[in-house]
Amino acid sequence: MRHLEQELVSLRLDIIDMWRLVISQVSNAGEAILSFDKDLAAKVSMREKKVDAYELKIDGFCENIIALHQPVAIDLRFVLAVFKINSNLERIADFANGISRILVNNPSVILDAEVIQDTNLQVMINQVNKMLAQGLEAFENEKSNFAAAIFSEDSQVDEINEKSVQVIADYIQKNPDRAYECLELIGIFRKLERIGDHCSNIAEEIFFYIDAKVLKHSPKDRK
Amino acid sequence: MVIPSITSEINNMTVSPKLTETKDMTQPSIISIEGLSIAYDKDKLAVKDVTATIKKNAITAIMGPSGCGKTTLLRAINRMHELYPNISTNGEIKLFDESIYDMSTIQLRRKIGMVFQRPNPFPTLSIYDNVIAGYKLNGINLKRPERDEIVETSLKDVTLWDEVKNSLHKKGNFLSGGQQQRLCIARALAFKPDVILLDEPTSALDPIATAKIEDLLIDLKENYTIVLVTHNMSQAARISDNSMYMYLGELIEYDTTTNIFTNPKNISTQNYITGRFG
Repeated sequence: MRHLEQELVSLRLDIIDMWRLVISQVSNAGEAILSFDKDLAAKVSMREKKVDAYELKIDGFCENIIALHQPVAIDLRFVLAVFKINSNLERIADFANGISRILVNNPSVILDAEVIQDTNLQVMINQVNKMLAQGLEAFENEKSNFAAAIFSEDSQVDEINEKSVQVIADYIQKNPDRAYECLELIGIFRKLERIGDHCSNIAEEIFFYIDAKVLKHSPKDRK
Repeated sequence: MVIPSITSEINNMTVSPKLTETKDMTQPSIISIEGLSIAYDKDKLAVKDVTATIKKNAITAIMGPSGCGKTTLLRAINRMHELYPNISTNGEIKLFDESIYDMSTIQLRRKIGMVFQRPNPFPTLSIYDNVIAGYKLNGINLKRPERDEIVETSLKDVTLWDEVKNSLHKKGNFLSGGQQQRLCIARALAFKPDVILLDEPTSALDPIATAKIEDLLIDLKENYTIVLVTHNMSQAARISDNSMYMYLGELIEYDTTTNIFTNPKNISTQNYITGRFG
């Protein structure tokens, strides 16, 4: 195997490792918030440094490959896509950490089961977990069509987020003493919505890498 | 606070269409190659049924692994390949819609000059005489002021004038490899050709001399059409506008260099330019 190919294989393995780590971060953060598991939330926060370390390693790897091997065509698209996916994954992990820190910083916070149910928080958490896993599957198998569903799923996530605002507002009116928890809950929805956006960005990069198509800034229905 | 001058700058900012438009090969053509096949032996085709047009005032790179026929194709454009014995050629090449087979080779090679892999100035001639060697060899007598003008213009065109203007009547041996190659390009330019063919012109040069030749070729395409055979894919990517990829005598893919190096359509092209074979 040529030296460049070896480097690309190593880069692929690193980004897949990071992707799996980020999937577990988002999944654990969601589980922690739904079950008020402070220990699990603390574990997510502890692992955030590992994600950051991966990001730096992969950034350096991409920089070296471009500087030393001048990749072209699909190799160049792969390196550029990994570079951007890396950055999106790191942001996703930041949001997972942000969600966990709500529990870590306020151990007494308890979200009402009724509002969790009415806002579809569980559905939204499941949805972003699914989008992240679909992205990884598309990347590993080099099948851009696996990533296509992510765009419509992102729209569903946006919809859940929009509806949650009214549900939470109604809940605050009925339970003004729970306003603080509700503001935290709005923050959680906002973070999950951003995770969905980053998953969508990752899907765009997968299309760029595999099909050489630029979907960035295209309307969602044209993706 | 936003500074007003910056606000107006941002409001007036437009994105150059060059950033978003995909280049296509819409330049006018100067050479058209139609169904060209060349055989060194009866059963061995070096070039197989190649059809392509070379764009005017552009640099066209021909790439491909050793033995793919790229040098044969290049040489066929000014019929240099006919110097090989038992060669047979089928098909047509036109320069400005005129068949190159209807021209004498002398006339043709004045219109389509050639520069070779290794710098090959005439060792017994001075720098001055090297530049106008084509005229001398063809028995064309020029008056002294005409000769002086051709020598000066050609050497200026290849940015060699300032380096050699005080040594014009010395032999070219003291020049570096890069300077000798620029002298050979000046010799090709002396006839004011329409097209310059270059067969791996920098493969024997160091990176600095290579960079000078590359800059020179980019400048020269303002006035000339350049066709370049190169093994150096980074060079093709850096300086050419359009690229051909040949394999086993066939023209596999011909597109803008940007398209070839970012999204080649053919898997064989992709494997070659990414270094997976060749």
